[in-house]
Amino acid sequence: MAQLKAGTRMRSAVCATEVMVVTAPAEDVEVTCGGVAMIAIGEDPPAGASLSPDSAKGSALGKRYVNEAGDLELLCTKPGEGSLGVGGALLSLKEAKPLPSSD
Amino acid sequence: MNLMMLLEMATSGFGDRVAVRSGAASLTYSQLFEAAGAAAQEIATSGCERMALLDVSSLAVPVGLFASAWAGVPFVPLNYRLTGAELERLVTEIAPSYLITDTDRAEALSKLPGATVVTRERFLERATSGAAGEPSWPMDPEEIAILLFTSGTTGPPKAALLRHKHLVSYILGSVEFAAADEEDAVLVSVPPYHVAGMAAIASSVYAGRRIVQLPDFDAAAWLELARAQRVTNAFVVPTMLARVIDALSDAESANLPHLRALSYGGGKMPLAVIERAMKLFPDTDFTNAYGLTETSSTISLLGPDDHRAAAGSDDPEIRRRLTSVGRPLPSVEVQIRDEEGKALGPGERGEIYVRGEQVSGEYLGRGSTLDSEGWFPTRDSGSMDGEGHIFIEGRADDVIVRGGENMSPGEIEDVLLEHDAVADAAVVGIPDEQWGEAVAAAVVTQPGCSVSEEEIRNWVKARLRSSRTPQRIDFRDALPYNELGKLLRRKLRAEMLGDGT
Repeated sequence: MAQLKAGTRMRSAVCATEVMVVTAPAEDVEVTCGGVAMIAIGEDPPAGASLSPDSAKGSALGKRYVNEAGDLELLCTKPGEGSLGVGGALLSLKEAKPLPSSD
Repeated sequence: MNLMMLLEMATSGFGDRVAVRSGAASLTYSQLFEAAGAAAQEIATSGCERMALLDVSSLAVPVGLFASAWAGVPFVPLNYRLTGAELERLVTEIAPSYLITDTDRAEALSKLPGATVVTRERFLERATSGAAGEPSWPMDPEEIAILLFTSGTTGPPKAALLRHKHLVSYILGSVEFAAADEEDAVLVSVPPYHVAGMAAIASSVYAGRRIVQLPDFDAAAWLELARAQRVTNAFVVPTMLARVIDALSDAESANLPHLRALSYGGGKMPLAVIERAMKLFPDTDFTNAYGLTETSSTISLLGPDDHRAAAGSDDPEIRRRLTSVGRPLPSVEVQIRDEEGKALGPGERGEIYVRGEQVSGEYLGRGSTLDSEGWFPTRDSGSMDGEGHIFIEGRADDVIVRGGENMSPGEIEDVLLEHDAVADAAVVGIPDEQWGEAVAAAVVTQPGCSVSEEEIRNWVKARLRSSRTPQRIDFRDALPYNELGKLLRRKLRAEMLGDGT
């Protein structure tokens, strides 16, 4: 469990996924990828960690993922095989309403 | 957070696409990434604390911007129209700097203390032949990404400071990653020292839209490049659009079949210009973007649907929206406040305040101008209608106070411009013994037209409160503008006062 803040980067312990926190909830949460808690960018994955088949739909580059409450939003900066989740539930893909390009 | 994260994502997502083209030269996203890394090492070796660029648009601009981000030093694009003492003062303020410039200026600039001068050619040669090194850059969101000296229409230039967190938030809040089609290309004709020039690089890289640079704006060159490069998107300041339209006036049609979207901003768009542009480019989507240097570019948008709805409506309230800068981005909040700082309701005039992750409001050596709740006073005055459309009336500093009554030059100018014989008009306050300030108008008539002072006064009197009627009217051949089409109101006022005495 950790207090996240906007701009924090994390990597998956079981695949190539990397994310950046865009919106962070006020309380401490544990973000998972492939069913395993995500770790800091420079950190080594725990021994024996493996991708859970229930969380293996993958993450896509540049997509944003949100929780149901809408207070957690992650941006996928490197894609991988694992799915992102929090508190046992998988995050869903955020459907952004496209803005006209302005510059 | 670091701007390099955006380029790194683009490189891994579509590295072989062309990122930027300048004349015959181009760089793919992968090449831009490599060049940024190699140039970052140059900066690190030089010991300089800032990377400056005094030059027109070229490949050196995106390379310099991302190399600065990689090296963890601010990127400082300088206005290449500055000369002598002004320029010397800015170079001193940002020393020690690694300064990229053109061959003509390199020698003179080398004499300035605190600047390591390199020509654009030499810089690009080293950047594209060197090795990138370890892909690692500072991730502290508080690091300064860009220093931009504001145009100084209201005083001496000061450097607005944009941190990585402001720019990255702006991009994430307004651009969808890889949203552009492979064929998309955006024509960038604003100079690098304008915030729109910087924002265009970051937005286009993140969207995957090829940048086509036009270093020195000229309407014929703009049209030619747009056709040759099958440009799909472009951003222009109002003066540029007016010139493009003038250049087209003899032609049968605009003949820009690929131009899907045209956005504009950076100054007030005359109603006549946008109406003509929409007729000339019926299939193009128009977007009006309002923003400031201090807000990392765009904070509100009037989109294509709003343009079409306004242009096609008989309801004056809806039609008027064509002169609006649209509604705030979902990621920012906008308030109109009175002089005491109290938030005003729909239709009420006051100063525009903005709050959001992309808003900096901070200047080098002068600290932050945000209030305790994070709101930035833009010093622009205006109002917001019931549906959130923002109307800009001008700079708060330009407000005329006549006998205790505040009035914006903009509302009087709009009325003057509606007169068929008036080609251009500006209103300023001049000292007046009885009222404190009096309304003075400078009017440029249409070629071959003439109009009396009396007729102009009656025209205004019939449409606005009598206090708005210009006390003095000067007829002139032209109004003073800067190179990006911004009215130099202080200069005009000084000239009018000089004329009167």
